[in-house]
Amino acid sequence: MLFSISWRNIWRNKVRSLVIIFSIALGIFAGVAATAFMKGLAEQRIQKVIKTELSYIQIHKEGFRQNSDFKGYMPDATQLVSEIRKIPNVIGATERIVVQAMAATAETATGVLVSGVDFENEPKVTNLSEKLIEGEYLKGIKKNPVVIGKKLAEKLNAKIRTRIVITLQDTANNVVSGLFRVSGIYTTNNNMYDESHVFVKAADIRSLTELPEGAAHEIAINIDDNENLPLVEESIKKLATGYEVLDWKSLRPEMNYLTEAMDLYMYIFIIIILLALLFGIINTMLMVVMERTKEIGMLMAIGMNKMRIFFMIILESTLLSLTGGVVGIIIGALFSKWKSVEPIDLSMWAQGYEQLGYDAYVYMSLDPMMLVNITIMVIFTGVIAALYPAYKALKNDPADALRME
Amino acid sequence: MNVIEIKDLVKIYNSSEVQVKAVNGITINFEEGEFTAVVGPSGSGKTTFLNMLGGLDRPTSGSVKIGGINVWDLSSRKLIDFRMNNIGFVFQSYNLIPVLTAGENVEFIMHLQGRPKKEREQRTKELLETVGIGDRIKSRPAKLSGGQQQRVAVARALASKPEFILADEPTANLDSTATSGLLELMSQMNKKYNTTFIFATHDQRVMDKARRIITIDDGKIIKDERFER
Repeated sequence: MLFSISWRNIWRNKVRSLVIIFSIALGIFAGVAATAFMKGLAEQRIQKVIKTELSYIQIHKEGFRQNSDFKGYMPDATQLVSEIRKIPNVIGATERIVVQAMAATAETATGVLVSGVDFENEPKVTNLSEKLIEGEYLKGIKKNPVVIGKKLAEKLNAKIRTRIVITLQDTANNVVSGLFRVSGIYTTNNNMYDESHVFVKAADIRSLTELPEGAAHEIAINIDDNENLPLVEESIKKLATGYEVLDWKSLRPEMNYLTEAMDLYMYIFIIIILLALLFGIINTMLMVVMERTKEIGMLMAIGMNKMRIFFMIILESTLLSLTGGVVGIIIGALFSKWKSVEPIDLSMWAQGYEQLGYDAYVYMSLDPMMLVNITIMVIFTGVIAALYPAYKALKNDPADALRME
Repeated sequence: MNVIEIKDLVKIYNSSEVQVKAVNGITINFEEGEFTAVVGPSGSGKTTFLNMLGGLDRPTSGSVKIGGINVWDLSSRKLIDFRMNNIGFVFQSYNLIPVLTAGENVEFIMHLQGRPKKEREQRTKELLETVGIGDRIKSRPAKLSGGQQQRVAVARALASKPEFILADEPTANLDSTATSGLLELMSQMNKKYNTTFIFATHDQRVMDKARRIITIDDGKIIKDERFER
């Protein structure tokens, strides 16, 4: 019956209650939508890094990632790759020859990271071949094709078929150069990456550097689902003993922190929203208690104890908050669902976003657990908001309250 | 048998400059089944006296014993429970819970007492029929006339099966038809359930029905008369 009284009390002053419900709904909607937006942004960034730049797991010789020494190769890389492909949940594995080099056109030169890739297996691991805006992926040029990023192409003033001289050190520390021609230009929307990463055929770089057959610096592995990552990683570690096996979280720890940081920011954001709403609810509940002084006095007189009165006011505030909260959550969830299919177009600010490696089209992503947490936070806000008004109500003396007209 | 024993009851209100003795040493007993009117001019101390009697207003000194228990010795929590189980209240301005229906208003106190749902529903129906508004069980107070609301208040007061009912100016807001109907009803309830009724009033129609009239002035009892009616 207390629940019924509290619920019906909310609707005694419809306009006032609707105003506060609307405020809460709006605040929670903003919180949910912002959360879904930020989560979508972070997930897309991570997915992009995994699919385009990293892959799920990489294997290197110990120390290679720190010093990039050309001699830090794995002599049995090809053999290892063929064994890794047999592991369940692995959908692609490829080796790469990775070397720091100087890329020069007739006009200018710049430092780059050259990846010599198995151009047939690389597309099973990363999707860079789908990011071409011009030309083909290591095709269309008979000898020594190279794929470069759009930003690098602009810097080197290179176009399709432009000759690029790549200069690097071989295994014997001799400086060697090779003449390559641009077969394709890609863009990942991450300008920093596009400016520094070039791709050539592994065979071309192998012959240039005299790297032994079957050897490579890096093995990249693609799996079917991030959920299976620990399992696959464990299996790979057993095969690649003596090598450094790292998943994307270890390869780019900042990506892992990104989701954690985003979650933290979002909780702070929602707490700020709820804090602002808290004062509105306190104000409403204070008005409620003051308006009903006589009624509360009567309830005390006829035998409703303080605990029940306290609970009734807490319940009213909680139901009021929860009504607004649930409306906000539903609208926010529906909006996020819609925007998970129809992306939010930020192309107007694309340049800035892309500089940071984010997409200009953001697909929202909502974590159901976040909705549960927001609901709990709304309930908590309702309870907190009612504490002072409930305390005021309990201070009422029934005899004094009943004398009021 | 005395239901209520009051001894040397005093209530002093301290305002910033003056002390007001609202009740000034009242000693009196009430017996089971009485139908008593406490009368006196405005400001004579009737309501204060009733409030102290009903465990709402703490006296400055003196004692109120109900069924042998000194109510003002009870802790505030026990006092609330005591009020709930032993005293029924009827107020001048009805004071029903506006968001509850007539039936729910009557049922509410039984809910507080923790009575089973079936018993609550049965007694609510019976009481509302007894007070003559059984057909308005689902109506909210705003849809009822003043007289009907006061009948609901009487039914509510009786719902907890109290030792006695305190009614503070119950007819003040009612027209004469509603007043006579309500008084008749309360008189019947008094006889039917042998419940003690104590009114604070200056309504002559209430006095005409009362079998005992206690007159208070300046916080003191100046007359205590009994009538055969």
